[in-house]
Amino acid sequence: MKTMNVSLVGVGGQGILLTSDILAKTATLAGCDVKKSEIHGMAQRGGSVISQVRFGDKVYSPIIPDGTSDLLVSFDRLETLRWRHLLAPNGKVLMNDTYITPITVSSGQQPEVEDLSGKLAAEYPDLLKIDAMQLAESLGNTRTMNMVIAGALSSLTPFGTELWQEAMRQRIPAKLIDLNLKAFDLGRQAVL
Amino acid sequence: MSHKVLLSANEAVAWAACKAGCHVASAYPGTPSTEILENIAKFKDTINCEWAVNEKVAMEVAVGASIAGARALTAMKHVGLNVAMDPLMTYTYVGTNGGLVIVSADDPGMHSSQNEQDNRNIAKFARAPLFEPADSQEAFDMVQAAFEVSEQFHAPCFIRLTTRTSHTSTVVDVGDDFGPGNTPVKPYVKDISRTIPVPMFARGQRLKAQERTAALRTFAETSPFNRIEPGDRRLGIVTSGVCYQYVKEVFPEFSVLKLGLSNPLPFELIRKFAESVDKLLVVEELDPFLEEQLLAMGLELVRHETELNMLEMNPTRLIALRKELLGDVELPAVKRADAGLPTRPPVLCAGCSHRGVFYTLAKLGATVTGDIGCYTLGAFPPLNAMDTTICMGASIGNAFGMEKAGHKGRIAAVLGDSTFFHSGMTGILNVLYNGGKVTTVVLDNRITGMTGHQDNPGSGKTLTGDPAPVTDIAEVARGMGYKRVEKVSAYDLPKLEAVLKEAMDSDEPAVVIAGGPCRIAAKLTRAGTYAVDTEKCKACGACFKLGCPAIVRGEAVADGKRFKSSIDPNQCAGCGLCPQVCKFDAIKKIR
Repeated sequence: MKTMNVSLVGVGGQGILLTSDILAKTATLAGCDVKKSEIHGMAQRGGSVISQVRFGDKVYSPIIPDGTSDLLVSFDRLETLRWRHLLAPNGKVLMNDTYITPITVSSGQQPEVEDLSGKLAAEYPDLLKIDAMQLAESLGNTRTMNMVIAGALSSLTPFGTELWQEAMRQRIPAKLIDLNLKAFDLGRQAVL
Repeated sequence: MSHKVLLSANEAVAWAACKAGCHVASAYPGTPSTEILENIAKFKDTINCEWAVNEKVAMEVAVGASIAGARALTAMKHVGLNVAMDPLMTYTYVGTNGGLVIVSADDPGMHSSQNEQDNRNIAKFARAPLFEPADSQEAFDMVQAAFEVSEQFHAPCFIRLTTRTSHTSTVVDVGDDFGPGNTPVKPYVKDISRTIPVPMFARGQRLKAQERTAALRTFAETSPFNRIEPGDRRLGIVTSGVCYQYVKEVFPEFSVLKLGLSNPLPFELIRKFAESVDKLLVVEELDPFLEEQLLAMGLELVRHETELNMLEMNPTRLIALRKELLGDVELPAVKRADAGLPTRPPVLCAGCSHRGVFYTLAKLGATVTGDIGCYTLGAFPPLNAMDTTICMGASIGNAFGMEKAGHKGRIAAVLGDSTFFHSGMTGILNVLYNGGKVTTVVLDNRITGMTGHQDNPGSGKTLTGDPAPVTDIAEVARGMGYKRVEKVSAYDLPKLEAVLKEAMDSDEPAVVIAGGPCRIAAKLTRAGTYAVDTEKCKACGACFKLGCPAIVRGEAVADGKRFKSSIDPNQCAGCGLCPQVCKFDAIKKIR
């Protein structure tokens, strides 16, 4: 299997690291060689976050070279634009249709991006959007937003739902697993 | 039989320590090394583990355990090793009894550090064997080997991780028999000719250290961690650590000499490799550690213009190198987003107990010497309340130095509780002893915050969650002889202002403890919610000066020149600071 490169980006606190962890575990369960690399520390709350997952028969570099991400999974509209340079020419973009205003904007230090929607449409004509926050709200728990995104992401990977669910069971506490599996299903159905 | 798990190199170090029968582990947290001890704590039944108050003490505890015959491990970030250099540089003469493994987690690219240093130089300086894992499997294998090597050669052994190995998860075969190793503690035999290096003994130890380096070099020649991977002989690449992965990615067809045990260098193996290839290229992260030694061996290396010896290595940089050397690749045509995108810098959390102190110090026009922690973020707009940050504990000495230099105006040294315990206590004693009048402000949030909420001598718990005595910082200062010691709530702005002003304007040294728990560690991020009464808000902007992420721009007034404020209920932690700065009584608690 050719190595697949997935970049997950967003804002600290959105559950990006858990999502990338579950993707990496799923790939491990499928027997792939896997590398999952992330940068944390320096109080990333509210800061820009990236996690990179690579899987295939044999994976060397933990860092995805610029311009070679097969999949860019973005948890925030602005971050989708920020990490543009990671995407391969024929790469796919899955975007959570949410916008968290950066503190630099809300405090008036930097201007708001003009016409974010227009810029996104121009950069990514085949953008796959999902309103994961709204789907998570429908389950009564916005913290499941990341598993809604994981469900949508699962449809773009070569792994079956059973493997994903097994990885989730290994990683998520038992008392929360049913709710999170529901969130995963909602996300998967939303993009199929 | 195999048993495969996905582990970061930090986790793999902990698993390996368990399997190797490590008895004692001590460390001070520091990104990217912190998770090593956090994971060792999961094996606390067989490994006696602790958070030490600083890296020097951690090293001394590990050295003591090694002298007593136990297998010991200490782990720290690259700058932490600077603090621990003193015991290290002598223990390397004394030599180990039980195996001693020192993990240095370097941070190329300074993802969360104040400098970039290549601690392979320190291993060489200390005449200590050095392993450089390229992934978690190697971290698992090499830590076990390092304990063996440390005991065989009586040398403390280095494992050099980098951010990109520490925080990358890869598949590790831990074996289906994984469990705690049953290594007995070696007997301790008193021998002062070894363990007390007074000059007459130390000279002999110095010679032994030299002989040991020669023996280790011979050992490295045949170590399985140093291997030649034959390929196209037109180019041979010498590499180590995570750079091996980038080399295999970008130069897959060429011959590689992978050095896993990279100090002392296996000269014969390197010569054999050099003779087998047409051209020799070195690819390593940070300093030209291998390159300079290969040049000193008289080997000819490929020269190039691509800068490789600073900042984090990545495959894209090697693609640029390949383009320069071979001209058979192009850099991927990447599209960068507009440079004009608003940034998302890390900020002090909503409700953070540090915010009010910086707000007040800025208001009082103080020069603030700062320190290492979340609170370094107080330096940035809109607080702008810090002048310096050098290293752990430096705030106090720096403030006293500025005072001695005749710096005009108010000066405050600001540091957190964990940093105070780490290396602030000697600083305040120096001020007192030498007649200074520095005001030291301890931001006492009862946790080591920035590295992810580790316990410390002020938190009442140890690494393993057991109860511990709570050290009272005020009593520490009074015990030294400080007369002006004040405790004040970090959320009471009028009191904070009065206390800080009086302390900085007085002619005696002072210690002010501004207390308030870390909202995240204490689970107080939803302690209440405030809201702005838009009728009363005059758009004066006073609350924006707090730099709270929950206070956002509301309605524009005066043709968009000013903005009323609004509080994001999803972010507000209910700390109650903003109503204190509002002159119009427009901010009220709603929950």
